Amino acid sequence: MYKNNLEELKSIAKTIRLHIIKMIAAAGSGHPAGSLGMTEVFTALYFSGVVNLNPTEPDWVNRDRIILSNGHICPVRYAAMAEAGYFPVEELMTLRKLGSRLQGHPHRGSLPGLETTSGPLGCGLAQAAGIALSFSMDNKPMKVYCLTSDGEHDEGNTWEAVMFAAKNKLNNLIQIMDRNNIQIDGYTEDIMPLNPLAEKYKAFNWEVLEINGNKMEEVLEALKKAQNSIDRPVVIIAHTIPGKGVSYMANNFEWHGKAPNKEQTEQALKELA
Amino acid sequence: MLNTKLHLNEKLFDKDVEKKATRQGYGEGLVMVGEKNKNIVALCADLAESTRTNLFRAKFPERFVEMGVAEQNLATVSAGMALAGKVPFMSSFAVFSPGRNWEQIRTTICYNDVNVKIASTHAGISAGPDGATHQCLEDIALMRTLPNMKVIVPCDYEEAIKATMAVADTQGPVYLRMSRPNSLLVTSEKTSFKIGVADYFWRTDKEKVDVTIIACGLMVGHAILAAKLAEVSKIKVAVINSATIKPLDTKTILNAAKYSKVIITAEEHQIAGGLGGAVAEYLSEVCPIKIVRIGVKDSFGESGEYDELFKKYGLDAAGILKVIKKAVS
Repeated sequence: MYKNNLEELKSIAKTIRLHIIKMIAAAGSGHPAGSLGMTEVFTALYFSGVVNLNPTEPDWVNRDRIILSNGHICPVRYAAMAEAGYFPVEELMTLRKLGSRLQGHPHRGSLPGLETTSGPLGCGLAQAAGIALSFSMDNKPMKVYCLTSDGEHDEGNTWEAVMFAAKNKLNNLIQIMDRNNIQIDGYTEDIMPLNPLAEKYKAFNWEVLEINGNKMEEVLEALKKAQNSIDRPVVIIAHTIPGKGVSYMANNFEWHGKAPNKEQTEQALKELA
Repeated sequence: MLNTKLHLNEKLFDKDVEKKATRQGYGEGLVMVGEKNKNIVALCADLAESTRTNLFRAKFPERFVEMGVAEQNLATVSAGMALAGKVPFMSSFAVFSPGRNWEQIRTTICYNDVNVKIASTHAGISAGPDGATHQCLEDIALMRTLPNMKVIVPCDYEEAIKATMAVADTQGPVYLRMSRPNSLLVTSEKTSFKIGVADYFWRTDKEKVDVTIIACGLMVGHAILAAKLAEVSKIKVAVINSATIKPLDTKTILNAAKYSKVIITAEEHQIAGGLGGAVAEYLSEVCPIKIVRIGVKDSFGESGEYDELFKKYGLDAAGILKVIKKAVS
């Protein structure tokens, strides 16, 4: 079922990581840690063939939907979309610049294929649930993939959506949560403890899968498994390393939302090459 | 006199004039549009009977979505459903929606520019005995500052039906504001309604008047009663129903300013940021004129019946008449 083999996917992930660093460095601001951490997941979504998409026709009505809730990691989505053929790769360097389609946080009207506007946290899962409910009302086969962060589980709206999705047995909704343990002010378990997360989701009547989100094999396996839920939504808790691939960024919450300087950029590109 | 062209309710000044709630008009209108358009869905946050979305629920249970007491989710799930091609009408009390979910409305409905209708009831001080916590007086301000949003406040039950139907046929975000109590039937089934069009409901003179009252919602009926009372004092008053606050019918309002000595605005809302604010912003730029704003003056409401509260806060015909007399003196 995969368009690309494992080695090809890993190579695409590497290219995307390089884009992320270059884009954020050129912009002078942005969010590298979460973007780098979710690179395997985005590569799998756009390149494995599990998700039904058509980059040459972004508004194709029968496409599966990819909803990015934690919009600040949009560099990884933009990079994956460009590599997938949604728009020219050169445009990536316009990130956050005046007149760019690549807004600092994604805007639905600006770039075809984005699905939703996001950035303000805790709103994506509910929109994904609304789409999934509409599909199930009309017996449409499309799936809805929603990317969330662990930090945005501080938001009440997230949990309202968690309850709503379970109530409506939205088995066409697959949430992939970036469990990277960091948020702006520090580590999630210091700021507002979320554990035990898997148990919480189970108690809310979700199907729970836990994986190493930086292992392509595990990401693919989980996405495949998530297709088969009978009567409930699925959450894939993807344990990732924020800043994955760049030694000085890895697991350091200070890189949640800042751009590397010239030397740091050079070092990052060297490490990722 | 009443504008005869508009087929307004001729029994408006009778003691036994019929009264019906604007929320009831919304509930009935929603069923009508639901019959016409299968993509219309209704979402409600545990207030189906109060918002009258229970009428839609009874008729189209498969298209009714119960959200529980979760107004932020009400807005965001509605946004998602609109993205999937539905036409969601989301309802709660105005104080909770758009009161509690403003940022969700801003980002996921307005900035997403999706076809969601925010239809809220129990707006204004007329919500009554529940008290100030449930009397939303700030919602027009909250909604009319948002890009892509339209804001409509029907003046009575009949207009609420027509506004609901017009809203269903309009692409994009709309805020529709309804009140709780039974209130004067000002219009009739035959009265026309168009989004963005303000109409003269009462006119003493075809040319110059002393005062033009620009009103919305329940205040339209009270303003007409006050205009009639002003006849005794030989004050010439015109009353405009500006049901659409955004986009404002600037043509009609500019015209009113040119032919009046004073403009009075009247709304069941804080005097800041609502219809009065919109009219003052516009006229101060194009035709500066004395404007007096009737509304709640930077305070919260309190428990009481609709008529008692309107009297106390100067929103009834007697209160409006007092403002008219002072304005022309």
